[in-house]
Amino acid sequence: MPRSVRIKDHHAESQLFEQRAVIAAVLMVIAMGLVVSRLVWLQVVKYDYFAALSQGNRIRIEPIPPNRGLILDRNGLPLATNAPSYQLELTKEQVADVDATLNGIAEIGLIDQDNIPAIKRDLRGRRSFDAVPIKLQLTEIEVARFAARRHQFPGVEIRPRLTRYYPLAESSVHALGYVGAISEDDKKRLNMDDYAGTTLTGKNGVEYAYESQLHGRAGFQQLLVNAQGRSVERIGNEAAKLDRKEPVAGNDLFLTIDMRVQQAAEEALRGQRASAVAIDPSNGDIIAFVSTPAFDPNLFARGLTRPEYLALTEDPNRPMYDRVIRGVYPPGSTVKPMMAMAALEYGVVTPENSVFCRGAYRMPGVSRPWRDWKPGGHGTVDMRKAIATSCDVYFYDIANQMGVDRIHDYLAQFGMGSLTGIDIPGEKAGLLPSTDWKKKAFRRKEAQIWFPGDTISIGIGQGYMNATPLQLAHATATIAARGQRFKPRLVRAIRNVTTGQISELKPAQLPSPHVNDPAAWEVAVGGMFDVANAPYGTARGATANALYKIAGKSGTAQVFTVAANEKMRKAGDLAEHLRDHALFVAFAPVEAPRIAVAVVVENAPGGGSAFAAPIARRILDTYLLTPEQLAEQDAKRKPAPPVAAPRRGETE
Amino acid sequence: MSLDAVDTSRTQRTLTGTAQLLLALHLDGPLFIALCMVGAVGSIVLFSASGSSLDMLEAQLMRFGLGLIAMIMLAQVPPRIIRNAAPVAWVIGLLLLLAVMFQGDIAMGAQRWLDLGFVRFQPSEIMKLAVPLACAWFLHDRPLPPSLSTLLVLALGIGIPTLLIAEQPDLGTSLLVAAGGGMVVLLAGLQIKYILSVVGLLVPVAIGAWHFLLHDYQKQRVLTFLDPQNDPLGSGYHIIQSQIAIGSGGVFGKGYLNGSQAQLEFLPERSTDFIFAVIGEEWGLIGLVTVILLFMFVIGRALYLAATAHDTFSRLASGSLALTFCVYVFVNTGMVTGLLPVVGVPLPFVSYGGTAMVTLMAGFGILMSLCAKRKLVSR
Repeated sequence: MPRSVRIKDHHAESQLFEQRAVIAAVLMVIAMGLVVSRLVWLQVVKYDYFAALSQGNRIRIEPIPPNRGLILDRNGLPLATNAPSYQLELTKEQVADVDATLNGIAEIGLIDQDNIPAIKRDLRGRRSFDAVPIKLQLTEIEVARFAARRHQFPGVEIRPRLTRYYPLAESSVHALGYVGAISEDDKKRLNMDDYAGTTLTGKNGVEYAYESQLHGRAGFQQLLVNAQGRSVERIGNEAAKLDRKEPVAGNDLFLTIDMRVQQAAEEALRGQRASAVAIDPSNGDIIAFVSTPAFDPNLFARGLTRPEYLALTEDPNRPMYDRVIRGVYPPGSTVKPMMAMAALEYGVVTPENSVFCRGAYRMPGVSRPWRDWKPGGHGTVDMRKAIATSCDVYFYDIANQMGVDRIHDYLAQFGMGSLTGIDIPGEKAGLLPSTDWKKKAFRRKEAQIWFPGDTISIGIGQGYMNATPLQLAHATATIAARGQRFKPRLVRAIRNVTTGQISELKPAQLPSPHVNDPAAWEVAVGGMFDVANAPYGTARGATANALYKIAGKSGTAQVFTVAANEKMRKAGDLAEHLRDHALFVAFAPVEAPRIAVAVVVENAPGGGSAFAAPIARRILDTYLLTPEQLAEQDAKRKPAPPVAAPRRGETE
Repeated sequence: MSLDAVDTSRTQRTLTGTAQLLLALHLDGPLFIALCMVGAVGSIVLFSASGSSLDMLEAQLMRFGLGLIAMIMLAQVPPRIIRNAAPVAWVIGLLLLLAVMFQGDIAMGAQRWLDLGFVRFQPSEIMKLAVPLACAWFLHDRPLPPSLSTLLVLALGIGIPTLLIAEQPDLGTSLLVAAGGGMVVLLAGLQIKYILSVVGLLVPVAIGAWHFLLHDYQKQRVLTFLDPQNDPLGSGYHIIQSQIAIGSGGVFGKGYLNGSQAQLEFLPERSTDFIFAVIGEEWGLIGLVTVILLFMFVIGRALYLAATAHDTFSRLASGSLALTFCVYVFVNTGMVTGLLPVVGVPLPFVSYGGTAMVTLMAGFGILMSLCAKRKLVSR
């Protein structure tokens, strides 16, 4: 095909250009039309939508966390406060290399190398402009160490914050509870609007139960922010009008606990797995609430490291375990005054009826004897002497006559076998057995049968029966107050921090146990007085010669059952964890009781009267005597005799 | 009546005097005035968008003045010299691009700047003018519509600088350079069959570019354009925030200096690529349409001038410069409003930034030189 030589045709080219220029112009109009129609869509049709978005963008609401209420003892001594502390905070967007920074901080010993992955996980979930705490509660040395190297760590800063501080550390921790980081479960329970800006919440004890009082309400302030989330002062040339709502501080709580008594009790129980609880019989106020061993709640506010947490949870002595309300023990002989009253109520015996105790009880038709703790027996005992000498035979007999269901019905009126309703969570109900209970508790038909022999053990607080130290103190307080019964409580008043107004909480009275003859109270009280004072009283060594009159009852709870025909062994022969628990309940002064106490020492080296009674005495003394009287009495007393090792199996 | 006549004649005389001055300087009156208006509007908007920064306003006005001087000076250069200089400019530009590749300064992660000791500038800016001018030069004594071999040469002339610039990486500028050359070819009467086959070629090229040429952040921009909500705090952030700014401006806007999106820095690159959104937020739909109409007038007038130019080179070069300006405006406004993916193309005369404005003014100076000569000759 011959190639045609093309010549330039200027006219045609000019026309072609004009044609193309027109097309281009049309295309331009179309393109600009597209843009304009897009603008109409954005600015007219979707105006409201974008206007709202722009508003939300511009103002950020920053929460102002409230100050948590203080917890004070009954005299105003602070037990839980808010202390300024320094924490290390990292702002991601200001840190060039997060890994290098964290490693550098670990090198100077402020964070643990092992914690770095957890910190990085936490950082990942936060916005880049948030200051994320990477180490709480720095010590002064740590603050100084960081300050000296601060220039090496841009984007990491020390900031002062308020954190929960328990000045007395371990003291009364089981009553107070503690605060810890808000967990996923807490988030479901709490109104998170009020927790914006707050990192800690009550985890146990009063801190948990009174969370709504203690926490207060978060305030907020509106901040003008730019796209980086940083606060700015104005929009364009207009200063902003911003809202601010002040936070409402949480209320202060006055506990019923008297720290003088509390600390005396803690001192007396030190080194034992034990609990002691003291109640004011006139209103249910808990004066002392001790469970040992204890732990330092400040660790939780600071955030436990994993080894610290494991050390706490895996300690065989279980420091986190609240023995006062969660420990259940056979009450042993401490139930005898109640048992005596039940017998009077049902007319099984009169106070004057005497029984001759030979040291063992035989049920008609059963060859197996039930031993008394005292091998030779107590001779002739009436009800009051039976309580004072803790004669088992007497109580085997009356229990057998009453039957378990009547015992159940009467002791239940003292709060046995049910929750006392104390104002902190986690309480256990103990067990007050009955025929109904046994039917429900056991699967096998033959196990469901209640045997008469089961009842006999119940008579001395053994067998299926068990109770918490709090229940024992509660029942003792009920006897002390001659039937007046109050819900135990740890918080007596709430102070509104804003107005300074203190509102006392009313004691919650519970129904009294029924008595046909009010003289029954004096029989029980008299028996307990004799325990502490009569020449034959089991606890007189610990409780006699006080400046006030004490009534009490010892108890020893068997952990290890001795066969009926086996020779009694000495406590020292048994492994420590198989030794009996030592119990003592008491109240004073007898005529107008102001304090009732229960002491339980697990696997004690001595029995109730030998080991637990002196502890109870110490608590009573501290509460009822002035410090001067106490010092005088201590000076007069001979050095305590070595604790006699009581015989094994003894149920005083 | 006579007084009126005197007055009228005085006004006329002044007007005539101004017109004569413009004519003598080879400047097109309507285009010159429109450009000055665009520059004034741009400065006002920039003051707000920069957070009331007088320093930035001053710098921008200085550049506008520099641009005006460049424009007026270039308008004095005879078209023949411009035409002959075109291929030389292209070669120099290419050399500078290669130089920048090996020893350019790195700013903002991209290698675009060349430091000549006394001034730092981007060689890619030269190419914005050199490529269309060189294409027009290559076509002006060849028969039109161009033959296939001619087109192949042109493809190289456009493609090499485009790729070099895209590699820097500067997608926006490479797009404008390609558009400048492409417009020349289209205005030269490229046959429909070629247009269609180029479109057909574009699909495989796009796929290839996606895999081998585009940087991750460029890919991200495209992906984000397709679904901005996908990554609202990352790449989608620009688009979402600029749409919020424009949308919340409504018909009348929030008022000068009162755009919260812009003033509170929610709007990224508010004084540069996204300044159009600041206008939208503070001046509303009315402001935006006014600005668009102003731009359309500039483009229309430039196209009209090109169509009336008397030789092929002048027509093609001026037409291409006018249409490239149109591409500028459309790509920027389209990107800010969410019609197009985010490519770094500034809004001419309004966005803060030095070289681009001077280049544009220089382009208009060349256009005026090429188109104004005929009138002078016809006199």
